[in-house]
Amino acid sequence: MHRHYLLPDLSQPGKLGCTLPSLDVPPAELPPKELLREELGLPEVSEVELIRYFTHLSRLNYGVDTGFYPLGSCTMKYNPKWHEDVASLPGFASIHPYQPEESVQGALRLMFELQEYLAEITGMDAASLTPMAGAQGELSSLLMVKAYHRQRGNNSRRRILVPDSAHGTNPATAAMCGFEVSHVPSDREGNLDLKKLDQLMNEEVAALTLTLPTTLGLFDPRIIEISQLVHERGGLLCGDGANLNSLLGKVKFGDLGFDCVQLNLHKTFSAPHGGGGPGAGPVCVKKKLADFLPSPIVAKEGERYTLVSPAKSIGNLGAAFGNFGVMIKAYAYIRSLGAAGLREVSENAVLNANYLKEKLKDYYYLPYDRPCMHEVVFSGRRQKARGVKTLDIAKRLLDYGFHPPTIYFPQVVDEALMIEPTETESKQTLDAFIEAMKEIAREAENNPEVLHRAPHTTPVKRLDEAQAARKPLLRWEWQRNRGKP
Amino acid sequence: MNPREYRYTKEHEWICPAGDARGRMGITDYAQSQLGDIVYLDLPAPGTAVEQFEKMGEIESVKAVSDLFAPVSGQVVEVNQEAIDAPQLVNQDPYGAGWLVRLELSRPSELDALMSGEEYDQFVAQLSEEESSEGG
Amino acid sequence: MPLPYLPNTESERQAMLQELGVDSVEEFFKDVPEDFRNVPFRLPPPLSELELKKELRQLASRNANLDEYACFLGGGYYRHFIPSVVGHIIRRSEFYTPYTPYQPEVSQGTLQATYEYQSLICQLTGMEVSNAGLYDGSTAAAEAALMACRITGRDRISVLSTANPRYRRVIETYASGRDIQLNQVQPDLSNLPSDSACLIVQQPNFFGYLEEVDSYASRIHEVGALFIVIVDPISLGMFKPPGDYGADVVVAEGQPLGSPLSFGGPGLGIFACRREYLRQIPGRIVGQTVDAEGRPGYVLTLATREQHIKRERATSNICTNEALVALSAAVYLAALGRRGLRHIAELCYHKAHYAAEAITKLRGFSLVFQRPFFKEFVVRCPEEPRYINELLLQEKIIGGLDISHLIDRAMLLCVTEMNSRQEIDRLVEVLAKL
Repeated sequence: MHRHYLLPDLSQPGKLGCTLPSLDVPPAELPPKELLREELGLPEVSEVELIRYFTHLSRLNYGVDTGFYPLGSCTMKYNPKWHEDVASLPGFASIHPYQPEESVQGALRLMFELQEYLAEITGMDAASLTPMAGAQGELSSLLMVKAYHRQRGNNSRRRILVPDSAHGTNPATAAMCGFEVSHVPSDREGNLDLKKLDQLMNEEVAALTLTLPTTLGLFDPRIIEISQLVHERGGLLCGDGANLNSLLGKVKFGDLGFDCVQLNLHKTFSAPHGGGGPGAGPVCVKKKLADFLPSPIVAKEGERYTLVSPAKSIGNLGAAFGNFGVMIKAYAYIRSLGAAGLREVSENAVLNANYLKEKLKDYYYLPYDRPCMHEVVFSGRRQKARGVKTLDIAKRLLDYGFHPPTIYFPQVVDEALMIEPTETESKQTLDAFIEAMKEIAREAENNPEVLHRAPHTTPVKRLDEAQAARKPLLRWEWQRNRGKP
Repeated sequence: MNPREYRYTKEHEWICPAGDARGRMGITDYAQSQLGDIVYLDLPAPGTAVEQFEKMGEIESVKAVSDLFAPVSGQVVEVNQEAIDAPQLVNQDPYGAGWLVRLELSRPSELDALMSGEEYDQFVAQLSEEESSEGG
Repeated sequence: MPLPYLPNTESERQAMLQELGVDSVEEFFKDVPEDFRNVPFRLPPPLSELELKKELRQLASRNANLDEYACFLGGGYYRHFIPSVVGHIIRRSEFYTPYTPYQPEVSQGTLQATYEYQSLICQLTGMEVSNAGLYDGSTAAAEAALMACRITGRDRISVLSTANPRYRRVIETYASGRDIQLNQVQPDLSNLPSDSACLIVQQPNFFGYLEEVDSYASRIHEVGALFIVIVDPISLGMFKPPGDYGADVVVAEGQPLGSPLSFGGPGLGIFACRREYLRQIPGRIVGQTVDAEGRPGYVLTLATREQHIKRERATSNICTNEALVALSAAVYLAALGRRGLRHIAELCYHKAHYAAEAITKLRGFSLVFQRPFFKEFVVRCPEEPRYINELLLQEKIIGGLDISHLIDRAMLLCVTEMNSRQEIDRLVEVLAKL
């Protein structure tokens, strides 16, 4: 039972949250009064109350350090702690992006080497670390595709193909780049329908964007055919690398025919998710796209590292060079694992997912009964027949002390339940999760009411999302008579 | 279940023609149950001209947005302000208090292109069958 | 190879494989064409935590860090005071290890903190609604411009000539996706195109001084465009917020609010606007509601704007944002409070003016703009700024931003509460020796 209160409830005029120095120079004349603000309605709280308040809030959260977090497609793996320590070294945390290059050679070297590692890992020729999240990485890929075709005088290629199982960012990004979007259906095995692809792939299509393995957690065995088809018809093959955790150290996107791929350092490369961010979405490309990479990238000239703009760069995605603080953690991760370690990661991720698949398939409907990669998608349709929705299953898992898997994605599966254990989970944890899921399946048969009302043991019960959308209350408002000295 | 005197579109809108070439329209029970809790209505302003089967607005639920298509051509006479203020009315009473727009029909013969109550019942029954045979 | 983050031992893995009835994990990779499976990867051999920490410390030491160098560099990223409470809170793993709060019942910490952030930003900027944050100030400006195009149905973005050139480049990049034109507009607005979707103004501007914004809103609204303002959030401790002079959208770089410079990332894209644009806003938004037992709680709301629902019709493709940096900003603003932020702003103001006065007394240095400024100002130098900065670096001083490509021999200097009087006096001393 927790008490609900907000900062204005704690605030009293005169409370001090932290000490500040006095002015140590003669004061200058203040600017004209019309330029200055009269009131600043920010709460005043003491440091003690501030710490207690946010500590109290933190305890209402469930994170990877709390327990199992099998959110499919998000790769919620454990975040190594020593990465956090090195990221906060003053030599990394207290450097300004616009400092003279000779004063930040350590940082530039780290970025250069990371570019090389990511290119090697994906089997590509060049990389840019500037995108600040996967969605921005996707944006750069499609802007590069556009620039590539434009350069060849190919202005008729106005369409992007995406699978019907694609993550929402894929079509959203295509629209942001002025492309039309056509969806390619999946076949009964969960692979891309090649016949339909053949029909859709023509001179109007600039590229096919493919997540591999797919959002269904399946590796499309005809990827070589797909890439050949796309290339023969003059298109490019863009990869969404969100599911790289299944291929690390074993398979290279470049070998399979991809021309570009964006990665998620906060998924595959162990940087923490931060409650929604920061992330980092570097993009890696084959030589044919290298001149178009978003600026700047780090080059090595002799022994010196320097920032350069690729010759035909699509432009800048931010005011600096990407999320450096996140890059450090990915760099540390790759250096601590090496090629053999990366391979252990993907093999264990895939083993764990297949283990869950086999153990749960008698209890939940498995739409694609074939080996999965790092994640497995079930459907709650058996339970739906008893009036229990996947939403109810997810909420009930909270009572068992687990974060639920991803629900209702991908949209091609009815009542989808997407489970990605990652490699950082022990067999004991997986077995406990399996037991909980079995118990819930039994409850769906015998006692569905307890599922409809779940969760029962969390700090708040099921929340009214309809009300939140109908009557949006998006901030507290400061009362006028507060805040006066 | 679906009112017999109404006419229906494939996109799950209904229209109830009244005598003076005007009619109220809304979405069907099937549509509201598919959408879930409706939270916001984006309806065309009175005076707007609409074309049969063209998009004329949007209906938002918590987890989805659905386009609203005009069942017939004409002009918007009135919108249901009560439903705009309390969108849950559309879930609760989609054929009555949850009506959306009153239209003045410019070509009443267009009604013939729509489904009857019986036809729509069959249409929905078929959709539900297709849905349960998929699930993959 | 045993690893600390791979909890299963070899024997446990074998047990699992046995239960699955397979000999090795390779069975699960059968769909991968054999030629492309298990290819060689050329990466450095792995090292232990101890060895890597040492190596990374050495790498970090090759950077001139601002704990050891005096910094007079700004230009969009700033060295400001970070109270220790911020770090202690965001380093709690309950805040930094979860993902986006899709399951609100176990994410009330993140959700309520975000609600606080949204509220504090509205208080600071004078706007009615704020989202949960975007990537950085420049992309927030770009998203605001695209939103203006959506709302007005126009495809021309106008930017005041004194806005940050890097921001303009980012807006150009985002606009290049669609056929959207970019225009530069003079500060007197004499050449403001009447088909602009918006006018973007930076206040204080890129050169540090204040534009005469009071007359802008009516002129911009007359042509049916949106008034977008890029602000320095610290300046709002003392200067009039854009809500008070008719802005429709306010964007900013939130790094100064409690986040380290970190070589420019992660930052925070602050985005706030008038409530009438609510359904057009990009990014996540948290709203208050109640649970099944009537208890107040928080959820992500209005999700139908976003990519996972509206897909190609989404207001933006953004998914992951800068949540932890937004949390830092909320804690920072709460720790400083209304007096603290005002005081910080005033320290910056007075120190910058003290520095400007002293420097412009030196032979060869002059103030380029005779306008009220906040914490940054442009000086014309007796030599090329590049050369001066080299000398300063040798004296363990990071000099101002070299903007000689924009204005002859000009340098943009920044002074914040982090610069002591001694540091400023020392800068002046070194410059005097030129």
